[in-house]
Amino acid sequence: MNIQSEIRKGSYFDSVVLMQLQRELLLLPGVHDAGVVMATPANCALLQQSGLLTESARSAAADDTLIVVKAESESAALQALAQVDSLLNRKRAAVDAEFRPRSLEAAARQLPAAGWVLISVPGRFAAGVARAALKLRKHIFLYSDNVALEDEIELKQTARAQGLLLLGPDCGTAIINGIGLGFANRVRRGAVGIVGASGTGLQTVASRVHQLGAGVSHALGTGGRDLHTAVGAITAHQALHLLARDPATQVIVLISKPPAPEVAAQLLSAAQACGKPVVVDFIGYPAPARQLGNLHFATSLNEAAELAVSQLAGSSQPAQQPGSALTGMWLRGLFSGGTLAYEAMLVLQTTLHPLFSNAPVHKSQQLADALHSQAHTLLDLGGDEFTVGRLHPLLDNDLRLRRIRQEAADPQVGMILLDVVLGEGVHADPAAELAPVIAASRRTGLEFVVMLIGTDEDPQDMQSQKERLETAGCRLFTNPSAALAYVCSRFGAAAATAFAPVELTALTQPMAALNAGVETFYTSMVAQGAQCLQLDWRPPAAGNDKLADILAKMNKR
Amino acid sequence: MDIEQANQSAVTRMIEARPMLTGVAAARDVIPGMHSNLLLHAGPPIAWARMSGPLRGAMIGAMLFEQLAHTEAAAIALAESGGVQFEPCHEHNTVGPMAGVTSASMLVYVVENKAGTGSTNTAYSNLNEGYGKVLRYGAYSAEVLTRLRWMNTVLGPTVGAALARSDGIDLRALIAEALHMGDEGHNRNKAGSLLFLKALAPLIAQGNGAADGQSEVLKFLGDNALSVLNPVMAACKAMTDAAHGVEGSTLVTAMARNGTDFGIRISGLPGQWFTAPAEIPVGLFFSGFSQADANPDIGDSAITETAGIGGFAMAAAPAIVTFVGGTPRDALNATLEMYEITTTEHKHFTMPALDFRGTPTGIDIRKVVELGIAPRINTGIAHKNAGVGQVGAGLVRPPMVIFEQALLAYAEKYGL
Repeated sequence: MNIQSEIRKGSYFDSVVLMQLQRELLLLPGVHDAGVVMATPANCALLQQSGLLTESARSAAADDTLIVVKAESESAALQALAQVDSLLNRKRAAVDAEFRPRSLEAAARQLPAAGWVLISVPGRFAAGVARAALKLRKHIFLYSDNVALEDEIELKQTARAQGLLLLGPDCGTAIINGIGLGFANRVRRGAVGIVGASGTGLQTVASRVHQLGAGVSHALGTGGRDLHTAVGAITAHQALHLLARDPATQVIVLISKPPAPEVAAQLLSAAQACGKPVVVDFIGYPAPARQLGNLHFATSLNEAAELAVSQLAGSSQPAQQPGSALTGMWLRGLFSGGTLAYEAMLVLQTTLHPLFSNAPVHKSQQLADALHSQAHTLLDLGGDEFTVGRLHPLLDNDLRLRRIRQEAADPQVGMILLDVVLGEGVHADPAAELAPVIAASRRTGLEFVVMLIGTDEDPQDMQSQKERLETAGCRLFTNPSAALAYVCSRFGAAAATAFAPVELTALTQPMAALNAGVETFYTSMVAQGAQCLQLDWRPPAAGNDKLADILAKMNKR
Repeated sequence: MDIEQANQSAVTRMIEARPMLTGVAAARDVIPGMHSNLLLHAGPPIAWARMSGPLRGAMIGAMLFEQLAHTEAAAIALAESGGVQFEPCHEHNTVGPMAGVTSASMLVYVVENKAGTGSTNTAYSNLNEGYGKVLRYGAYSAEVLTRLRWMNTVLGPTVGAALARSDGIDLRALIAEALHMGDEGHNRNKAGSLLFLKALAPLIAQGNGAADGQSEVLKFLGDNALSVLNPVMAACKAMTDAAHGVEGSTLVTAMARNGTDFGIRISGLPGQWFTAPAEIPVGLFFSGFSQADANPDIGDSAITETAGIGGFAMAAAPAIVTFVGGTPRDALNATLEMYEITTTEHKHFTMPALDFRGTPTGIDIRKVVELGIAPRINTGIAHKNAGVGQVGAGLVRPPMVIFEQALLAYAEKYGL
């Protein structure tokens, strides 16, 4: 048994505090007895009776706090003494409904349970408040508009790095854990999770889901500029990743105005890897198909809601699993048919990025040099640049055979996609030429996929073509859409989560928030049964720009 | 340079200072730079011409007391002619309530910072005269001067001899305990004064009975619920001086008023005052007086708020909530507001009503300016005419502009 003591000269504490400390010390590992007193003679006599008054403790005076710990070992006693400051400082914050602090810092101390900060202050001050919120490690619902784009990018990057969500700016609505933030409809709780740019699109889908008898798990607004190239859908990616992990969410709906193509491709690629059915409505953006694996494309807000609800019924079937084999590898498509190539472009651009072609859908997809593929590339070998002085590839396989060898030699290439078109007038036996070259080009990590176009009445003997190509190592599809869905699924997990994941508690904790700005957001939160603290927010330095500027510089130091 | 670190260092020095009341001595013997022709006053520097009624009255009283002049007229003439010097108490490690006038032969409390961290500093404060017609409110009648002489010949020496029999009185512990007994340490010092009396009484009783005026002294100390205010102010001065002069720190280390101007000093800007006209406190008035009788804010006692008590510890003092709005809730809110502009919570000064949270400590000019919240100061209110005395008590805030000036000066000095 070992006794250690500590004298705190001139430290006065109320006896209740000291008794509480004493009780807490007794709960620490290895501690058998403890005494915490103001070292008055009477108190010291009591300690002596309990055998706790050590020689060193006798020097304590009546103004001193005397802390004595009796433990099974010296280290246990010293460890207990080392806890004293943190035990003393562990204050329950006095929650005070009537006091409205001006600073987020004070507000956070007053309502420590708050995981969210709602910001609806004038736009030019909003970024400053958001920065303060991130410093306090809070998730943000940023209603304010007129936030500079560079501020939005900086804030979202900071938030992402810290595993925090920043919904907005210009985010009108969200429903988190059953509580509506900003403008939100009262919808039943359920299993449809929604990610939307902002505002009415999200409200419409949420309301329709409710009308159709289903409910919403969470609805997250990302802000109108989130899917712009400069922002790169930071919030949408986080939200998708979060809903994918949320056990309450079975189906996810993604709504946006037309996003930048490369942003859309990355987001949909992530959606494909999320392991749950995802209904996509990029309003005005061409749907590549009704369905691509777990992705379902809607052409209206209403259809998005209907598809989501119908998927709920079917979601007992396991959705497509993430973790595709070809992540990080490239696709090379060598087409003899121009229309087939173009349809493949339209579909594959949904999730494959960057994607190039000599016959691009968007100018940005133009392949610089048709003789050299880059990244994902789809070639229309019937294009003018290839057919000058040469027969069409439907008749002459030579160019394709050389290109197959060229692409297969690139170790970054994970899949070669071919169309083989049968029928009158085309090559009499394409498999005879293709199969040996394919067989010779096979290597580990390289797949061959063939879309076989033709009928069993065609002169080339479709069955024989199929068998020989399969023997050479090709996966055969007679339905081109199925082929393209397969390709997507193999490359689907391209957008792995290269960011700190947001803790699920962002959504699942009982909603508690600090509100800086529009007071009706506060009253609405309270009416919904959430904890909320309204700030008495004012512009920094009473709107004096010179002083505010100095303060900003000082706070950066 | 890291401002947070500088402020942390400054506020730690403030909190860990351990002011011990160790003695009573003549001002000229202990206060640095004190001499017979020097009169110290509360607040930032001020010339005779700009002094308000109560401060002028106290100056006249001090000149009569020191026998620098023998009539009121002679005293005024002496002051006008520049025959005496006026300097702030604060520039001499000293503080005084209201007019704060301290002259060379007055006895003062000696409060030593025994933090044990190597650096030590000492602060001084005059003795409290009690209520009614008193020098600190500008009264200088024969009755006032008689009491001052008694304080210098009986009260001071008796208390001094008592302290000499002890290891000193630990004022940090005394303040901490008083905060748990309903004091906030500025406007309410009832509990602290009784704790002071409790500490002194046995020591005084060891003295020489009636010859020391024991009974008279004990009664005087016991009747005066402000008797501990002056040592507490000196303790606060010792704490805030310990935090002064930390390179880069934006902490306020003094707030003081001379009845005309309000002045503050900043840790990282040593040697400078930032001043603006003092405001007239808002509060409750004794019967027969009104707001119209009030003098602009006066006194060094805002050193208590600077050190984290007084108005900042309002939550500890529900008995005087009438000064801040009337309900205990208002008292809590007053303290909660001060958390917004301070650096930390006091380690030793805690408040039961806020679940023993430490008092808001270390005013940061950045937060004051950014949030537009000026510190709250609990204060007595002086009559604007010399010698009438206290007419009420209430709340005052420093003018915001002095914090803005300080911020601009800081930006200039540190090249922001």
